[in-house]
Amino acid sequence: MPELVDYLRTMLLIRRFEERVDKLVAQGFIKGTSHLYAGQEAVATGTCSVLSREDYITSTHRGHGHFIAKGGDVKRIMAELFGKIDGYCQGKGGTQHMADFSIGHLGSNGITGGGIPLATGAALSIKMRHTHQVVVCFFGDGAVNQGVFHESLNMAALWQLPIVYLCENNLYAMSTPVWEAVPLRDLALRAAAYNMPHATVDGNDVVAVREVVGEAVDRARAGHGPFFVEAKTYRFFGHSRSDQRLYRSREEEAQWQAKDPILRLQGTLLETGLLSPEGLSALEDEAMREVEGAVEFAHSSPLPSPEAGMEGLYVPEGRGVLA
Amino acid sequence: MRELTYWQGVQEALTEEMARDEMVFLLGEDIGVYGGAFGVTRGMLERFGSERVRNTPVSEAAIVGVALGAAVTGMRPVVEIMFMDFITLAMDQLVNHAAKMHYIFGDQAQVPLVVRTPAGGWRSYGPSHSQSWEAWFLHTPGLKVVAPATPYDAKGLLKTAIRDDNPVLFVEHKLLYATKGPVPQEEYTVPLGQAHIKRAGRDVTLVTYSYLTLMALEVAQELEKENIGVEVIDLRSLSPLDINQVVASVKKTGRVVIAEEGHKTGGVGAEVGMQIQERAYEYLDAPIQRVAAKDVPIPFSYQLEKHILPSKEDIYRAVTQVMAQI
Repeated sequence: MPELVDYLRTMLLIRRFEERVDKLVAQGFIKGTSHLYAGQEAVATGTCSVLSREDYITSTHRGHGHFIAKGGDVKRIMAELFGKIDGYCQGKGGTQHMADFSIGHLGSNGITGGGIPLATGAALSIKMRHTHQVVVCFFGDGAVNQGVFHESLNMAALWQLPIVYLCENNLYAMSTPVWEAVPLRDLALRAAAYNMPHATVDGNDVVAVREVVGEAVDRARAGHGPFFVEAKTYRFFGHSRSDQRLYRSREEEAQWQAKDPILRLQGTLLETGLLSPEGLSALEDEAMREVEGAVEFAHSSPLPSPEAGMEGLYVPEGRGVLA
Repeated sequence: MRELTYWQGVQEALTEEMARDEMVFLLGEDIGVYGGAFGVTRGMLERFGSERVRNTPVSEAAIVGVALGAAVTGMRPVVEIMFMDFITLAMDQLVNHAAKMHYIFGDQAQVPLVVRTPAGGWRSYGPSHSQSWEAWFLHTPGLKVVAPATPYDAKGLLKTAIRDDNPVLFVEHKLLYATKGPVPQEEYTVPLGQAHIKRAGRDVTLVTYSYLTLMALEVAQELEKENIGVEVIDLRSLSPLDINQVVASVKKTGRVVIAEEGHKTGGVGAEVGMQIQERAYEYLDAPIQRVAAKDVPIPFSYQLEKHILPSKEDIYRAVTQVMAQI
């Protein structure tokens, strides 16, 4: 399975990127906040591995990993985090608002669950335009308590839309543990209320994620309607920059560190001989170089002119429809 | 010229645009067999089928959010929100998502989304079915807001709104649906962002929109007998706002009354009045007067409702008051 090496490459890139962002936030090069994806890499990587470039995803506030896995350019992602002109949104969006429609990324989102109806609408559009694409809608455990989650799943099931709802259950909505917020052991059971097929998967096992999401995507593409996947996982950093992690124990964190999706994949690859120790360190170096290149790129990119903030409120009239 | 009712004007715009562009489709609650709570889409299900006249569950937030997702991926959805009061349920999708997407994501994100909704009172529908919340959306950069007063404008503006690649909130008025007016048989559109002088006058500028335009015209007629020339301006679009045409009129008359059905505090009149003050202060011969709903919820009993909503008497009084100032 040579593609496993590609997964590791993507996961390492996400991990190094997030670790670097954490430092850059602390150093003040990145203003505001950031929500880091480290620990959850297997979910985005396994999921995006079964999607084509034309397939859509919607992402969340914790979205860097989704973007990288869908094929985003780390230079432009980093530049956006810096608020620079070469960022994906020329500095207008920042960490929680980035998109690249050309690779099917319809946007990360600063509102918990806010992208769920948008993803559902993209799936409706696919069905009405007969384009055979599929949507994967990423969201966290916190989003399953939002009204739009329920409204959207209901519509998707009713209209048999080509969408996979991918819930990354990392156990905490900011500080609130999922067991204090949802009276269910498995969040996938939420889908049962909408007569939607569902599965729970180990979100730290990239192969398991790929298998489950792959089946869900295939059936959605074949016209058999939506599917709900709950991936159980854990974020290694706190919720955001200011988080002291008072709500969870260091023991719990250590238990999940032991289930690190990258270490697990590395272990498999080394054991099976698919990757040599030298190959691994080459991959490590490659990820590091790419991230450092992105940091350099972001540093050297200019800040937008103040006037640029006044541009682009409306699509000019007469532009016509997006192809 | 033939006459149509306002609802027929709206429906004709929908029908023509759906025939013209197969990406245009409707979604909303009870818009299918029922034809919408106010009958605007009656008969459209038979013509266009349930894919394009898409009845939805009662889920306003997702209706708008789903329409947004369809819009940014190539469709041109027209949403009906049954009562403007219910738009509160879709606020996040409209304000945090639809209005900002092009600004943030740039040219890759076009948002050809129209949200139609009936507003207004005098129907004894009570506190959650009678409101006029358009002023909130002037405060939302990125949304266009349109509120036509005549069948002609309803049709022409809606056609333009559907062809626009930006999100448009299209405010209809319950009391206007049955009103009649000339609508040409041949194709036409009305541009967004252009006010319309409904009646010329030399003495005072009366700025209004939607249903209150009809009231304003009646008051202007009465005042004509008293030899007061009232210039009635129907804004038609609230965002973009045609302040230039308003200011041009104010420079002529020197006196202004602004009449709206929404609540007075933080209303459309507050904004329009301030913009006049910023651009034409030295032309004003009297303080600007506002006529609006009082700052309490719209009560049920028609006796109370009538008292809370603006009246022709209120407009008449405001005009005579600005005329009394030397």
